[in-house]
Amino acid sequence: MNKIVEMEFFSENVAKIVLEAPDIANSRKAGHFVIIRLDEKGERIPLTIADGDPEKGTITLVVQKVGVTSAKLLAMKAGEEILDVVGPLGHATHIEKFGTVLCAGGGVGVAPMLPIIKALKEAGNKVISVLAGRTKELIILEDEVKKHSDEVIIMTDDGSYGKKGLVTAGMEDVIQREKVNKAFVIGPAIMMKFGSLTTKKYNIPTDVSLNTIMVDGTGMCGACRVSVGGKTKFVCVDGPEFDAFQVNWDEMMMRMGAYKTQEHEAYEKYLKTVETVA
Amino acid sequence: MENIIAEYIKEGRSEAWRAELRKSMKAKERTSLERVQMPEQEPLVRNKNIVEVNLGITEQMAVAEAHRCLDCPQPTCTIGCPVGINIPKFIKKIESKDFLGAAATIKETNALPAVCGRVCPQEKQCELNCFYTDKLHATPIAIGHLERFAADYERNSGKMNIPDIAEPNGIKVAVVGSGPSGLAAAGDLAKFGYDVTVFEALHEIGGVLKYGIPEFRLPNDIVDVEIENMRKMGIKFRTDFIVGKTASFEELRARGFKAFFVGSGAGLPRFMNIPGENYNGIFSSNEYLTRVNLMKAAHEDYDTPVLAGKNVAVVGGGNTAMDSVRTSKRLGAKRSMIIYRRSLEEMPARLEEVHHAMAEDIEFMNLHNPVEYFADENGRVNKMRVQKMELGEPDASGRRRPIPIEGSEFDIDVDTVVVAVGVSPNPIVPSSLKDLKMTDWGTIVVNKDTMQSSIPDIFAGGDIVRGGATVILAMGDGRKAAVGMHQYIQEKVKAN
Repeated sequence: MNKIVEMEFFSENVAKIVLEAPDIANSRKAGHFVIIRLDEKGERIPLTIADGDPEKGTITLVVQKVGVTSAKLLAMKAGEEILDVVGPLGHATHIEKFGTVLCAGGGVGVAPMLPIIKALKEAGNKVISVLAGRTKELIILEDEVKKHSDEVIIMTDDGSYGKKGLVTAGMEDVIQREKVNKAFVIGPAIMMKFGSLTTKKYNIPTDVSLNTIMVDGTGMCGACRVSVGGKTKFVCVDGPEFDAFQVNWDEMMMRMGAYKTQEHEAYEKYLKTVETVA
Repeated sequence: MENIIAEYIKEGRSEAWRAELRKSMKAKERTSLERVQMPEQEPLVRNKNIVEVNLGITEQMAVAEAHRCLDCPQPTCTIGCPVGINIPKFIKKIESKDFLGAAATIKETNALPAVCGRVCPQEKQCELNCFYTDKLHATPIAIGHLERFAADYERNSGKMNIPDIAEPNGIKVAVVGSGPSGLAAAGDLAKFGYDVTVFEALHEIGGVLKYGIPEFRLPNDIVDVEIENMRKMGIKFRTDFIVGKTASFEELRARGFKAFFVGSGAGLPRFMNIPGENYNGIFSSNEYLTRVNLMKAAHEDYDTPVLAGKNVAVVGGGNTAMDSVRTSKRLGAKRSMIIYRRSLEEMPARLEEVHHAMAEDIEFMNLHNPVEYFADENGRVNKMRVQKMELGEPDASGRRRPIPIEGSEFDIDVDTVVVAVGVSPNPIVPSSLKDLKMTDWGTIVVNKDTMQSSIPDIFAGGDIVRGGATVILAMGDGRKAAVGMHQYIQEKVKAN
């Protein structure tokens, strides 16, 4: 049982959740994720850890409402408990002094990017962060990112905040302007695909963090498999971070849609039960 | 260890009640009795439900079957048992209608009798070495059915016996993984008096007994009762805890753990690396079975989904393949097929499972091997291309090697494929220990007598050492390791 200590909504569908998980708080590093299961009948879903406090024994997750489990989670309140939280899973991010690093985060992808930005800065890199979202309210963790970055560029699709344009436009601006030694791109699959196409044009080594469908998260099931460099890899134990240029994005996006029909039906059903209760 | 088992088996045969029982019926009369038949659900009824297939034998059937056993002076059956069960003693207890005594006898050396009575390949172990099989060329004593009977009788009696435990010594030991090897090690370590904590990565205790073996072959309730019994022995269980990740071995040493048993299993499914294998609707058997067994995906009110499928192909010929294909039928498949590259004779699955599958309307396409998959516009598999095979000379495994027949390929319509071609050792524990000596296959190197690894306080057993075996072999390893750990700790204690 893991108690929710704090729940803060960034926007209607995105919230920051601080959870009691002392062992994980103690052992986690940038890039790690956890698997959670809300209750006895719940599914297991992976969520990347955005932050942790070993002294308080807590970890921070940022969750966007996309289906039944995330909707149920966001409907929970501080003080309530999540039945299962296991981790930290996956390999930690490979951090070294690269020089100038471009960190591009899209939507809730900024959350897993935050610990990477922190670690890169601590390792002595010049960190330029590009935060992107469809609209102003979907730009999250701006202050925290600013604290650990040398420069932050905000991009919104509709121009409601920062510069108008896609994440790739903001990335191009930086790359045109100065030498970038390394890039991290984290966000929705389509954003990572195009973000890494951008850095590829300039031959900037780029890492991405994949958030595929998983069940156990420990290498046991292979639901998360994806082709990297023509070989099948398991995101949970071989990743979650990979060389962006080797990832077969189309296959990954296809696999993420495997349960689209079931997910949609389940969500509709869930919304009905919520309405009846309300 | 072998000597200890031999001594243990020998003692007791000369006791008066056993001698009396032997005299009560002539050997000829005993051997003329017919072997008991396990009552089972009707095949075409059971392939639509998830209730256990085997219904269990009655008291009368058990007593009658026990009469067949000759209580041999050299009970060869026991040689075939990886955990060294005193087989003649428990069978004779059944003959004398001391059913609880029979269960207690099994539990002296086997922590999970109700499980082993159901899933052990007895035909390759105890029953293979039975005097009937060996010397009389007749059907062996139904040792597995009797084991199950004794365990079920005890459970249903509400008088579960807790094995005797040595005076608690307050020494903390950790067991990593709660599958068969871990539970067996934990049981014996508790009997030696240790303060045992079992760490499990998943949210449920039982490992493959829970996520892998389906309800119709091993109901979860039965596993839970055995685990509850182990809790009563003082064993602590910690779920959602991955040793090497949640906390390192070093941290656990700092928390006072003096030795570790690693039974983290072969949790890394193998695929065939053929074109199209990552299309949707193609699963590892681990994923397919975990969704259904652990996550209860087929239940309407559980959140985890599973792609049920109308035309299901399961690739492989082991127990996991049988479990998967029979599961698919129960999820409503019209056509469920086994695609196996050798012939029926080489199939590694338990004989009973193959027979059950055949009766349940499963098609067997033996001597066929998939070479490629095709998908619809959404990426869902819709066809598989298979190639016919023929058998050549025996290979390293002793089984005849399958050879592809050129130009024999043809396509089969499928919407779901389960790949059950084996598993590799799970990499998480080994990758957290840089000094741990491993084989090229990713298994942990151990001393075969003590199960000690290259790191003195770490012992290992089960699939993480064997790379994919059976429940009972894993349990045998766990027992051996418990003895090894006991010796290691006692020597250290004396040295200090």
